[in-house]
Amino acid sequence: MVDIPYEGIEGIPPAEVPDVELYHPRSWWTRYVFSQDAKVIAVQYSLTATAIGLVALVLSWLMRLQLGFPGTFSFIDANQYLQFITMHGMIMVIYLLTALFLGGFGNYLIPLMVGARDMVFPYVNMLSYWVYLLAVLVLASTFFVPGGPTGAGWTLYPPQAILSGTPGQDWGIVLMMSSLILFIIGFTMGGLNYVVTVLQARTRGMTLMRLPLTVWGIFTATVMALLAFPALFVASVMLLLDRLLGTSFFMPSLVEMGQLSKYGGGSPLLFQHLFWFFGHPEVYIVALPAFGIVSDLISTHARKNIFGYRMMVWAIVAIGALSFIVWAHHMYVSGMFPQFGYFFATTTLIIAIPTAIKVYNWVLTLWRGDIHLRVPMLFALGFIITFVNGGLTGLFLGNVVVDVPLSDTMFVVAHFHMVMGVAPIMVVLGAIYHWYPKVTGRMLNDTLGKFHFWVTFLGAYLIFFPMHYLGLLGVPRRYFELGDTSFIPSSAYSLNAFISVVALTVGFSQIVFLFNLAWSLFKGEASGGNPWRATTLEWQTPETPPGHGNWGKELPVVYRWAYDYSVPGAAEDFIPQNQPPRATQLVQGAAS
Amino acid sequence: MAVALILLLVAIGSVLFHIYSPWWWTPIATNWAYIDHTINITFWITGFVFVAVIAFMAYCVFRFHHKEGRRADYNPENKRLEWWLSVGTGVGVAAMLAPGLVVWHQFVTVPADATEVEVMGQQWQWSFRLPGKDGRLGTSDVRNIAPDNPMGLNRDDAHAQDDVVIENGDLHLQVGKPVKVLLRSVDVLHDFYVPEFRAKMDMVPGMVTYFWITPIRTGTFDVLCAELCGAAHYQMRAKVIVDEEREYHAWLEQQKTFAELSPARAVVKATYQSGGK
Ligand code: HEM
Ligand SMILES: [Cu+2]
Ligand SMILES: [Cu+2]
Repeated sequence: MVDIPYEGIEGIPPAEVPDVELYHPRSWWTRYVFSQDAKVIAVQYSLTATAIGLVALVLSWLMRLQLGFPGTFSFIDANQYLQFITMHGMIMVIYLLTALFLGGFGNYLIPLMVGARDMVFPYVNMLSYWVYLLAVLVLASTFFVPGGPTGAGWTLYPPQAILSGTPGQDWGIVLMMSSLILFIIGFTMGGLNYVVTVLQARTRGMTLMRLPLTVWGIFTATVMALLAFPALFVASVMLLLDRLLGTSFFMPSLVEMGQLSKYGGGSPLLFQHLFWFFGHPEVYIVALPAFGIVSDLISTHARKNIFGYRMMVWAIVAIGALSFIVWAHHMYVSGMFPQFGYFFATTTLIIAIPTAIKVYNWVLTLWRGDIHLRVPMLFALGFIITFVNGGLTGLFLGNVVVDVPLSDTMFVVAHFHMVMGVAPIMVVLGAIYHWYPKVTGRMLNDTLGKFHFWVTFLGAYLIFFPMHYLGLLGVPRRYFELGDTSFIPSSAYSLNAFISVVALTVGFSQIVFLFNLAWSLFKGEASGGNPWRATTLEWQTPETPPGHGNWGKELPVVYRWAYDYSVPGAAEDFIPQNQPPRATQLVQGAAS
Repeated sequence: MAVALILLLVAIGSVLFHIYSPWWWTPIATNWAYIDHTINITFWITGFVFVAVIAFMAYCVFRFHHKEGRRADYNPENKRLEWWLSVGTGVGVAAMLAPGLVVWHQFVTVPADATEVEVMGQQWQWSFRLPGKDGRLGTSDVRNIAPDNPMGLNRDDAHAQDDVVIENGDLHLQVGKPVKVLLRSVDVLHDFYVPEFRAKMDMVPGMVTYFWITPIRTGTFDVLCAELCGAAHYQMRAKVIVDEEREYHAWLEQQKTFAELSPARAVVKATYQSGGK
């Protein structure tokens, strides 16, 4: 390993930060509400995302009730079902996961992990949160407007999205587009911050190749998001114009409810290209932070350096870059020019290679480790299983001709839930158990945590693994009811009922987690500054929770990479990144 | 070790579920068994990787979980191992991609002797059209749609006159004859999906899309809409019936042509020409 300086570089003077560079809160309001401190903003983002995420969770129960027991719940009709899937999908992907990983974890961890006092542009960072909150409120308001939220599916495909055969055509769709536009504006403010902070505000000694993988994951995802969201932005604006001003960007001449409409000349496929040019990278915008975080969880709790760090970094960058040239794998059966299939199938399957490398390196990190099966580690293991499962079914859907029978069936629903629903959520939960002590100074309860893990992991697996086989059978997605068919056996309905029961169980069991979060805040065991004995900088702060400005008078100086666990000859099984090398403690040439 | 065991059981349970669960694809009714084969190859390769990765992980958890006095190895990287794993993965990927692309080539290459049929989607029903005696489908345009011309055929096109138009009926196909299914929509996206056919394709207003199949067995099959198309998406149903040649022709005899279905044709045309439209 190149980057472990055994030769003495002792005595680098810490960088000095003049006081004026820091923003100081002067009142309760500017400390906790209109705060410019990234840590407070992170908590605001996380709480807002969780709140709206719970709405999406409740919607999933309603959908599962309908799918598991069709005809039983008269308060759910076909229109509502479509509204539920749309809001559920959009909230989960954008307003929960994207906001939580970038706005939540990004804000909290980036400055701490790179050894900065705060984000580079604290004021813009604060604005980013408030615009995000506005976006969430606009989105939530659609439940209360006439006609309700849009039921166009989270993909919002025109012409259907803005025509009268779809619920929410009056207000719902307009507010949805507006909310997305706001979200993107808010995200861009935050995103520029994360990128500039990582590039410009790293402390002395923190080279790029010494960054923890968490930072690499969030950083790359943010760069991708900055490049991908504009496509969604213009698509949203154009769709709004089509809807409100009668332009025809996406609207060919067509019949609406038996009448020739005023539209003509536009292209529905154009929207799909724009949407997926954003939408595929979006999958990795959620996945890359998860990749990064899980690497650090595994390494810390297995007391072992992450295997193949450089390969891991390059894999993240390669996946990020490649994911901009695979978008049309979502459009194999969209009616686009069929010859495109060769290109997009090839690029899509090539991404499997760097992705597989990451998986190998995670499990190889476990090899000859000292694996502490604490809750964050359990969630990391759960992540690996669900991610491998979902990644492998992606090879079905990416391989153009195999996608033909499977697209738009429950196979797809099962696949993307496994890979971008369950797997990232495993990481989010593991990460919360891992960093909660830093944020609050207290540990989460371990017993409740283990219970939470097993119910959530096994339950989620039981929900989504069998679902693939319904899709293989041919059960279509976004169906309110399956009705009479000759090919769906009655056993499939029993399976649906089973899945629904498990889904409700898993959903309700999250109460245990919420309780744990609230209870431990006051009653949890005091954690100290570095309960996991981890190497990265956020665990080395002088105070826990870290105070304003993160570090005391002096910024930490970094002497080593983030993964000096169990270094041979060292007294402890971890060496913090900011610990100066003392040659006496280390055996020369230990790195093989 | 309980955790290791449970992880292993997840892998084994998944494989057993795959083998013994009653839910599997429908018996195929077209020539696209190639697609099924490709799926099978993919199942073998991915299934192997899945079990291998989880078994390895479970073993690590079993063998290396924390015990008093255990210390992890220090092992930053191993170029050779990483290289071999990448190459191995590349080979596995190629083994799935290559047959996939070959079959895709067949899928998008319509045989010259395929006859055409047209399927039209609209909220929320299907209509079908066959070429008639001249073997050619006439042109169409949404602007022609009228109560007596629901598919929007072009009245001035001679090829359209003998087209067989099936409103609110079922589509019949002849077994063993390749057919190119032309797909069209007049309002929003739909998708013509028959699980037993394995093929599907979106129908996009303003475009004509297609796929081709050769039915290989007779029977009655459900048509579903597989692209969200609004409130009654889930109710958009029809049937395709694959017949032997004799039954097929018997059925075809009874169908009406466009000219027969639109007796008001002459009048409408007159107004149209005098600028009445
Ligand atoms: C236990 C948790 C969850 C359950 C039970 C669940 C259930 C469902 C159900 C029943 C559907 C509709 C299927 C259909 O009829 O097509 C759906 C759609 C969807 N879900 Fe989830 N879901 C869960 C978590 C998540 C998470 C964490 C994500 C984040 C990525 C997510 C993203 C989506 C998306 C994108 C859709 C598609 C919406 C659409 O078709 O427009 N779900 N989910
Ligand atoms: Cu994609
Ligand atoms: Cu439809």
